[in-house]
Order: sequence, then structure tokens, then C-alpha cells
Amino acid sequence: MILVYADHDRGVIEPLTFQALTFARNIDSDIHAVLVGGSSAGVNASTAATMLGEYGAQEVDVAELAGYSDYAPLAAARALVELLGSTGAQALIAPSSPRGNEVLAHVAAITDRPFVADCYSIDLGAPHKIVRARWAGNLHEEVDVSAEAADVLIATIFPHSTEATTAPAGGAINEFTAAASQDDLAIQIVNRVGAATGGVTLPEAKVIVSGGRGMGGPDGFGILEEIASALGGTVGCTRVVTSAGWRPHSEQVGQTGTKVAPDLYLACGISGATQHLAGCKNSKTLIAINTDPDATIMNHADYIIVGDVTQVLPMVLQEIHAAKS
Amino acid sequence: MEIAVCVKRVPLVGSTFILTDDAMAIDTSRIGATLSPHEENAVEAAVRLIEVHGGSITLFSVGSTEAEEQIREQLAIGADRAVLIETDGTEIDSQATAAVLAQAIDQDATEFDLVLLGSESADSGGYQTGIRIAHALGRPVVTNVKGLAITDNRATCERAVGSTREVYEVQLPAVICVLDGLNIPRYPSVPGRIKARKKPVDRLSIKIPESTTIRTSLRVPQSANKGAIDLGSGQDGAKALVEVFKQIGVI
Repeated sequence: MILVYADHDRGVIEPLTFQALTFARNIDSDIHAVLVGGSSAGVNASTAATMLGEYGAQEVDVAELAGYSDYAPLAAARALVELLGSTGAQALIAPSSPRGNEVLAHVAAITDRPFVADCYSIDLGAPHKIVRARWAGNLHEEVDVSAEAADVLIATIFPHSTEATTAPAGGAINEFTAAASQDDLAIQIVNRVGAATGGVTLPEAKVIVSGGRGMGGPDGFGILEEIASALGGTVGCTRVVTSAGWRPHSEQVGQTGTKVAPDLYLACGISGATQHLAGCKNSKTLIAINTDPDATIMNHADYIIVGDVTQVLPMVLQEIHAAKS
Repeated sequence: MEIAVCVKRVPLVGSTFILTDDAMAIDTSRIGATLSPHEENAVEAAVRLIEVHGGSITLFSVGSTEAEEQIREQLAIGADRAVLIETDGTEIDSQATAAVLAQAIDQDATEFDLVLLGSESADSGGYQTGIRIAHALGRPVVTNVKGLAITDNRATCERAVGSTREVYEVQLPAVICVLDGLNIPRYPSVPGRIKARKKPVDRLSIKIPESTTIRTSLRVPQSANKGAIDLGSGQDGAKALVEVFKQIGVI
């Protein structure tokens, strides 16, 4: 049996969880999903269980913890440790999301087991044979993980490496009470700030119009904003751009910024450093505009325009307006 | 305030990865090295905290003797001393790395109020070293931090989620794992570099636990060159591009 940690924010399930469930089904047919936090944490167990069941969870274990009212990573880990002990699961899987990685790292630290993040494939055995990401997926690493040390394998699944597919299973709810100490609950979200600005954020954007060093400076991004707005998307940028202070870090796409997978990624004046590609190569369609036909980004693009962004982009904006009118 | 910052030397990779013949490592013979990016932000955060609260910064690193290059750079930025747990350069897994760093921090003569490091390293990306150090030291930990303020021995940490930020509060001593975007790291000044030459870098010998996750090979995934369609140039290129926008349904 495999336990899959369902990452959720106040009851809203992180979509990467469905990819993790799909992945887990390829290892074992017996899948349990775990939701930490009951109604006090905004979880509607029956709604959530229906969704998790759609993706193959036969059972949905809902952990109720006294005092758990919002995401608290260490307390969530305690509930998982308790469940590992009582169910005899052979693996604990989660999506490689900020919370998935965090909670599983706590479980691994508490139980002194290895934790293998960002996996592409897992073959349980002695040793466990795993392929995982290094350099945010720019390299694939094959590793052997000691089956003695990892008697329960703790691992997260690289985002978008598995397409989520449904396979309806029972999704039977099993509520249980777990114990967490005051110290465990001490690290918990106490507030949320910076309410939505009304704009589309990078992770949810269907269209990202992104600029690199080739935009020349902060002023160069005006046209990107106009194109993004005309396409109902948002602006992204590279690390060079944020380091130079041209754009805020919240717009940075890449290994150390946001990793995105939009329908359209329009890369303007971006050379295609590995750090940046790690954040945008899962885009459904990648289009690059660059003066250099040999720039690395051109090899990763579906369509290219060789040209100077300052000349090409105003024409593109004009054509978009023409097409829409 | 006494701050420990754990830092990692990683290869300075540009746009392509070249592997060694045995496919067990990146060929570093023709490329330089750098600090894992999030840790530049960790050092910068430490320097800013010391500017306000006073105190000192100690760097901890596990790695080959060459890691001194990155350590000196960060000493030039404002760290006061460093402890290098020297290895023969063999890759060690995250679990072993965390155990060694925790031991070095624990046995140091300084009692640290704060341990800072990157949430994950650029190369191995294990997302666990800071959390394991926190458990070994019996301290609370917050990860993915992009905003940090300390008042009255409490750290207020922010992490970005879409356009909003989650706020966490934690009592010191604590471990805080940070991300790029927390600040814009400064460059070392010339006087800083001169001072850094005289700052102590102590070699510490700690028995490194056996790794339980062992690499058998590396490969560069075959995704390169999708055979892009050239849409042309000028107004025709712009027209063709907008046709693509229509095809994929974004107009």
C-alpha cells in the first residue's frame, strides 16, 4: 500500500496531488490519500475524498489534529508518521510542491529515513531504483536508495512529469485523530498578506509574456505588459532581470523563481540559461523572439522569430489588436 | 545576535551541461564554481540582521578544499569567520550533509540564535537539509522564506504563494531556509575583500556518515532542439505569430 500526501490549502487540493496519485498507481494498486486537517482547517472531507477517489485513492485518511486550523508542516508530519506506523505503507509519496517537499522532509527527519525529492520514476526493491531531477530537471540522476534505510520510501514526484489521469476508486473516508504537541503546532500560518491585485499570477497564468536581458532595461517591459494584457496573460522575466532590479522577483521564472506550465510562453530577448529553462520548459507552446538564431532558447522553442524585440513586438501588438477587432 | 549560515559550492553552469566520461558528474574542468543561489540571499540576510542587531556571522560548509573560494567571497561580503568540513569531493547525500552540519553547529563554541541556509541547493535540490538540521538541533524551522524580520527574539517569516504571502512566526533560536527574492545580494567591496583574506577559515574534521542514496549515473535529458518552426521576420512574422496564437486558442 502507498500513502499519498494530499497537498491542500484550506481544503483546496493542489492539482499536482492528482499527478502524484497517478504516479503512485503505477507502483501499486492499493493507494490511500491522506488529508491533514479536518473541518477546522477548512477541509470538506466528502468533497475532497470524491476528487481524490477519482484519481485512484481507494481510501482517504483524514487526520484531525486538535489545534490545527491552518497549514502547520511539522504537525502534519506527525500525523503522517502516526499513519505510517499503523498502516504498514511501503511508500509515502507527495507532489514536489513547496508543502509536499516540506512535510515529507519533516517525516524523513523524524523517522531518520532518506527522502528522495523530485522523482521521475520509482522502482521499489533492494535497493530502490529511482530516477530523479538534479538542477531542477536539467539533469536526470539515477540513484540506488538503500532498502534497509528506506524501509518506507519517502519521495516526491517531479511536477508535470506524469500527466494526471482519472481512475475512479472508492475514496472511502477514514477519519482518525492524530496527536501534535504545542511545539509541533507553533510553526503555523498566522496571517496572509498582500491580497490579490486582480492581476493573473504566474503559476495560474495561461499566457506568460516573458523578457530577458535583451529587453534592454525596465522601460523595455512596457510592450510586454501591453501584449500580456491583450492576451489575458501576465509578464514574466529572467533572473538577470530581477537581479538588475528591472522587475520584481515575483515575476521571475526559473529554477530559483517560479516554475510555470502555461499554454503559451512567449520568450522575448531571453537566451535560455539552464536556470531559466528549468522554469518554463513545461510550457505547452514555447515561442522565442531573439536576434540570435543560435541562442539556446531557440532549441527549446516550438516557434521562433529571429529579430530585434524592439522592432518585432510593436508589430505583434498591432497584429493582435487587428485580429481581435 | 549570533548567526550561522550554511553555504554550498556548486558548478557555475551556463546553458549546457557537459558530463564526465563515466557520466557520474558534471565536467567542471572548463567551468568555474559559484555559491548555490539561495545561499547568497541567506548571507545577505545575515549581514543585514547584524547591521541592525549587532553580533557576528559564521559560515559552515561541507565540501572540498576549493569551497574556500566561495567562503572567502562571502567573508568579503560581511561574514566574520568560517568552518569548512572538508571532504575529498565525493558526493554525499542530503541526510549525511545535514548530520555533519548539525554536528559542526552544535559543537561550535558559539551559541547561534539563528541558522540560515537555502531552502534547496541548485544542484541536488533535495529540499531537506535545513529541516534535518533543525530536527537534529531541536529547533523550529520555517522554509521557502522570502521575507524576514526579527524583533524581540521572534522571527516573522513570509513565504510567497501566488500574489499573496503566508506569514509564520517563530521564536529564536530557529532555523530559517530562504529563497532567491528575499533580497538582492550585494557585491563584495574592495576593502571587504582585503579584510576577508585575514578572516579565519577553520578546517573541521567530522566523520561523515555513509550515504544511503547513491548515484549510479547522470544524464542530460533529450529534450533539446524541438525543431522550431521559423515564423519569418518583420510584419509577416508578426502576422504568422498571431496566427499561431489563434491556433493554440489564446486569441
